[in-house]
Amino acid sequence: MEIKTTGVAGTLESSDIQVMLSKGDNGIEINLDSEVKKLYGDQIEAVIKTTLTSFGLTDAKVKAVDKGALDCVIKARTLAAAQRATKTTDKPALEVL
Amino acid sequence: MSYVQDRLRRTMMFVPGNNPAMIKDAGIYGADSIMLDLEDSVSLPEKDAARLLVYEAIKTVDFGNSEVVVRVNGQDTPYYDEDVKAVVKAGVDVIRLPKTESAAMVQKLVNDVEAAEAEYGIEKGSIGVMAAIESAKGVMHAMEIAEATSLMMGLAVSGEDYTSDMHTKRYPDGQELLFARNMVLQAARAADVYAFDTVFSNMNDAEGFYRETNYIHELGFDGKSLVNPRQIEMVNSVFNPSQADIEEAFNVQNAIAEARAKGSGVISMNGKMVDKPIVAKASRVLATAKASHLIDEEGNYLGK
Repeated sequence: MEIKTTGVAGTLESSDIQVMLSKGDNGIEINLDSEVKKLYGDQIEAVIKTTLTSFGLTDAKVKAVDKGALDCVIKARTLAAAQRATKTTDKPALEVL
Repeated sequence: MSYVQDRLRRTMMFVPGNNPAMIKDAGIYGADSIMLDLEDSVSLPEKDAARLLVYEAIKTVDFGNSEVVVRVNGQDTPYYDEDVKAVVKAGVDVIRLPKTESAAMVQKLVNDVEAAEAEYGIEKGSIGVMAAIESAKGVMHAMEIAEATSLMMGLAVSGEDYTSDMHTKRYPDGQELLFARNMVLQAARAADVYAFDTVFSNMNDAEGFYRETNYIHELGFDGKSLVNPRQIEMVNSVFNPSQADIEEAFNVQNAIAEARAKGSGVISMNGKMVDKPIVAKASRVLATAKASHLIDEEGNYLGK
């Protein structure tokens, strides 16, 4: 799977997470901004990484701004950003979730 | 979760499908049904993201005892097919079809649901459907829509679109919706499915909300669509039977038991004849009272 454009999904509202994906060449690099980073940073990054890997992305730059999102929201927003970045939104990759 | 044809459905709360905060909390208010919306409350560029969010939410969020309904996008939009597939795969209870105007539209939905059930290995018939009636054409075809499938859960009047189609707008007295409400209700009763009234969106007009809710309860609707969790208690207070109603219903039941014991065919209570519709009403009152926890298993009144 190839990143064709910058893909963004999610908002900066409470309980949401905004995920921005762009081209990378050094594995999955995550830049996470979250008020609960100390407690849940590793968990949030793991969810993003797993979602991208099972979608078939191995290299990507990720900028994530978390506003207290649950795992299900992190997964859904990451996949939405990935599908937008790869221009595959017309075929929802539900099997990834 | 799976679809149950008969259950308490006084309140159907709308929740925008692209709002994680509202989806996360939707289960705590005790709505009988939660309607996650992919249609009007989601802007066009967000349709893909909302679909994924709703899919994941149905699979992981605890909605308590609420029935989970999803309003998919209309059949004339490019989002409909993938919406149906996603919510079927997620295991939704009921799919609500907007802008329903014919039995054929309902049958198309049922065919699409069955195709998705087959694709994802889900048992056929485990998802119900409901139709939102939002136009003059839909109202005139309410009967065929209600009877279109054995999986029909109910019909809902959608006032905003309907009044626009009728070249009018919503008025406080509801005269503009009189015909639509009665047509939809008659069709629902004739087909033995549920009937839901439209939303009342002015949260600052509690008096108007009660007036409208009392009115549609009087007509015989099963429940009302809501936009705010604060309205749940308000609707329940109108729909729940009073203590006097419950006592009366028990008296009817006792009179039946007594007549049976005596081997008498005719049932009388306080000198008045108790016939079939009265018995049916009493059973309905007690079923509602039990479902809304107003009485316990032994029939003791627990109050509100």
